[in-house]
Amino acid sequence: MAKVLMKGNEAVGAAAIKANCKYFFGYPITPQSELPEYMSRELPKVGGVFLQAESEIAAINMVYGAAGSGARVMTSSSSPGISLKQEGISYIAGAELPCLIVNMMRGGPGLGSIQPSQTDYFQATRGGGNGDYRLVVLAPSNIQELVDLVIEGFDIADQYRNPVMVLGDGMIGQMMEPVEFKTPKKRELPKKDWTTTGTGGKRKPNIINSLYLAAEALEKHNNEIQKKYAIIKQNEVKVESYNIEDADVVIAAYGTTSRIAKTAIAKLEKEGFKVGLIRPITLWPYPYDEFKKINSKCKGILTIEMNAGQMLDDVKIAVEGKFPVYFYGRTGGMVPTPNEMVDQVKKIMGGEK
Amino acid sequence: MAIVFSKTRGLTDVPTHYCPGCTHGIVHRLVAECLEELGVLDNAIGVAPVGCSVLAYNYFNCDMQEAAHGRAPAVATGIKRIQPDKFVFTYQGDGDLASIGTAEIVHAAHRGEKISTIFINNAIYGMTGGQMAPTTLVGQKATTAPYGRDEALCGRPIRIAEMLATIHGAQFVERVAVNSPAHIRNAKKAIKKCFQTQIDRKGFGIVEVLSTCPTNWGYSPADAMKWLEDNMIPYYPLGNFRTPEEVEK
Amino acid sequence: MAKVKGKVTFKENICKGCGLCTTVCPMKIVLLDKEKINSKGYHPATVKEMDKCIGCANCATICPDVVITVERFTE
Repeated sequence: MAKVLMKGNEAVGAAAIKANCKYFFGYPITPQSELPEYMSRELPKVGGVFLQAESEIAAINMVYGAAGSGARVMTSSSSPGISLKQEGISYIAGAELPCLIVNMMRGGPGLGSIQPSQTDYFQATRGGGNGDYRLVVLAPSNIQELVDLVIEGFDIADQYRNPVMVLGDGMIGQMMEPVEFKTPKKRELPKKDWTTTGTGGKRKPNIINSLYLAAEALEKHNNEIQKKYAIIKQNEVKVESYNIEDADVVIAAYGTTSRIAKTAIAKLEKEGFKVGLIRPITLWPYPYDEFKKINSKCKGILTIEMNAGQMLDDVKIAVEGKFPVYFYGRTGGMVPTPNEMVDQVKKIMGGEK
Repeated sequence: MAIVFSKTRGLTDVPTHYCPGCTHGIVHRLVAECLEELGVLDNAIGVAPVGCSVLAYNYFNCDMQEAAHGRAPAVATGIKRIQPDKFVFTYQGDGDLASIGTAEIVHAAHRGEKISTIFINNAIYGMTGGQMAPTTLVGQKATTAPYGRDEALCGRPIRIAEMLATIHGAQFVERVAVNSPAHIRNAKKAIKKCFQTQIDRKGFGIVEVLSTCPTNWGYSPADAMKWLEDNMIPYYPLGNFRTPEEVEK
Repeated sequence: MAKVKGKVTFKENICKGCGLCTTVCPMKIVLLDKEKINSKGYHPATVKEMDKCIGCANCATICPDVVITVERFTE
């Protein structure tokens, strides 16, 4: 199949349409506005609906309504806009609705900057909205992976009746790479008999809701949701790693940062250093078990992120105190260079902390 | 003997939790009767608000979605846009629609969303125990306006019907009251016309229903109806502000 | 001239005793039965002088709980 050169934001749209998503509700915000623009051009061509909502809040609530009525539906935004969506995302998780939410992260907090960052890791993996819920969080590191994860993301959402987040950064949204659209692995997707499509006089009303005024009922509901998350943790972890059985230093990084880390690792290998990589692709469920494969002589795990240290917490949880954990980060939309990473590894190898 | 008044199929058998004399019950019945009589009940999806009527999803005999506070018009937009042949309505109170939800209702009207909104204006926040609403009258007491609403501090109450009637997409806008049998019968006519606006695919429709809250106003149900007549109707005039026929002219 | 006669029945167990029906009856025959208390603790509405009922349905129209069913016939 021929590859197409596409900008990340537009590739998301093309992938969604390939996955049979016909509905997009969103709002402009840098650096992801090309996605709503793409959807506004392309969805009418396939009989879908694009609507620019009055705000990110309205958009996520439109997603709630459409998802509750059985549609494959998505929204997208960037960091400050994703903050606005937190209430709606919590409602979607509580009502167990499937949908895809794309976050092309930018500098924060607050209005921040428009350059790439990874500053919403906590927000994505630790809730963001109120209550005990999780998003399945997918972190691509290149446009092909972005496309694959968007397509698979819709299936994951439908299989578990849960919102799925694709966590990119401004670089992934803006850069152009060749992509091809592949069919994802086949999943057994449950029938959608719970949706609000009108009773037709033939069945009891379906109700989409996250309110349970009786505490016992809400606890029961929460227990069911937690069971679902346990199954997701067992089945949906995705990770790429290499050299960790042998490395003196293991770098933990995801997304754009991991690509830069691969360049740094190649440079270090030329100089005779043994450096491995653990690249989580699902940030939730997190690949904690991968860290068990690190050889006991490893001098430390270097977590590199475009933030002040967020995935760092999960790395510490993963290593269970067995290795020193180091951190290197850039904030504000600054992107680390391979040489900065090389220097950090050399510091660790030289015994510096 | 012919039965001239009996319970509509549009309501479930669940007894409502509303206070004795609360007009929510009256309006629920009118909405349910209109859905049944217009033949759209089996195609209907309603969106419940946050407020006293948060449990409306238990009372209407059709598919329902519970929305976050103020977001019902956005949720309804999502429901209607993906299945335009279904009948979609929202049922909202004055905190939900006129406070947190002002952006959502204005933009649903602005886009001419083919949905119907029932707006319950009882000049107070009922569910949370009687706080001031954007629709609370000047001088009216509320738990967060213990000395009475002070115009200098928080402005005059908001007239939603008049405001939305300035928007082209809002093709049916009417304000009614349910404080007497005559007003209730008129209210039903307005609700039916509002629903017909959606069925005819003309655009957005809203009926603002002046309602009572005996419990938080501190009146008996009958006295509350009198208070509505004497105090709310002068400030919130009843009548039609927009119909599709006028818009077409 | 034909006379309109009415008959109303009350689902007493769901009546909340709000009294609105008693204020709108043109024949003034709807009242709260002070000798009864329903399972919710309210005095349910009732009509004792049914022969005066004209089946106007004002009571049913204003009842928030759809307690009342109205029948009507012309003699």
